[in-house]
Amino acid sequence: MSRSDVLVDADWAEAHLDDPKVVFVEVDEDVSAYDKGHIRGAVRLDWKSELQDQVKRDFVDKASFEGLMSAKGISSDDTIVLYGGNNNWFAAYAYWYFKLYGHRDVRLLDGGRKKWELDSREQTEAVTPRPATSYTASGPRTDIRAFRDEVVAAIGTQNLVDVRSPDEFSGRLLAPAHLPQEQSQRAGHIPTARNIPWSKTAADDGTFRSDDALRKLYEGEGVDLSRDTIAYCRIGERSAHTWFVLHELLDLPNVKNYDGSWTEYGSLVGVPIEKDV
Amino acid sequence: MCGAPPAGLSLEGIDVSKETVIQGVVILDGQPVPSAYVRLLDGSGEFTAEVVSSASGQFRFFARPGDWTLRALSSKGTGEVRVHAQQGTPVETEVAISH
Repeated sequence: MSRSDVLVDADWAEAHLDDPKVVFVEVDEDVSAYDKGHIRGAVRLDWKSELQDQVKRDFVDKASFEGLMSAKGISSDDTIVLYGGNNNWFAAYAYWYFKLYGHRDVRLLDGGRKKWELDSREQTEAVTPRPATSYTASGPRTDIRAFRDEVVAAIGTQNLVDVRSPDEFSGRLLAPAHLPQEQSQRAGHIPTARNIPWSKTAADDGTFRSDDALRKLYEGEGVDLSRDTIAYCRIGERSAHTWFVLHELLDLPNVKNYDGSWTEYGSLVGVPIEKDV
Repeated sequence: MCGAPPAGLSLEGIDVSKETVIQGVVILDGQPVPSAYVRLLDGSGEFTAEVVSSASGQFRFFARPGDWTLRALSSKGTGEVRVHAQQGTPVETEVAISH
């Protein structure tokens, strides 16, 4: 796997806008962003109402995912190019999610919506209909998703990478600062976790740093990249961004995203927590 | 700097006493700038959050008491301002960008 297999730049995207086997998919935290303008032909995916089970806290099951993809007009052999706002947090989350259900060719648009806008590239409000397909998924894979018990077992034995901001890591904030801070869970971080914010992996315009710079970043923070790694944040979207860096760009095996993340861990009874304030 | 001017984002529905709000508007040549990317950086310059300014150039963060830097990035230019935030008293500020 090389960088170009998993990441495309805006020029590549523009050159493939009319490629029938390339499907652009926008995923945003703010699901209304798509209505204000999106890449021509792009399909909207709602990470909350479409990718989450609406009763229990979990993903939709395989049959529902197949139904969703079929209704969106996406085929199993399409190249999916994901992009979105928030520096691609939710697009990276969707990337990881597509991999979980075995989609073969998924890529991220480097810089996402932000870079596209800063470049003043074409956007449209028009929605392009796509005929329904008959999508087949596999999985769900468990080798890239961490659950709470393995996270607790990983304390002191695996790399735990907390990708939230320093203020969230230390316990001074409970959520990223664009959200209200009143939260029910405890503040702090998982013992032995290293705080390497997702933002250190990207430039201001949201594009990823070079493989060399990324490797140096983690090694410089004392992460032994030969060990197994679990990344987490608050709800698993920023850590999907870091999972993408470690597993897809740096091609490291045995990297998992803990999507339960702090909203689960910080609510568990009896687990150890470290806090700086 | 404190106290919401008429142009400030409405604080309705927000428990201001419990939150440390930093909000304001991105401007260029006195005019609001929509769709600018506004970053909140902590005292050491570390990224803490980012939002996109509204159609009327407005943005809001929920921070903690202390010193912060706001940096705006748009296709029209960039700008930066430093603010001091307190719980219970929303900060209202302007981030002026230049080419």
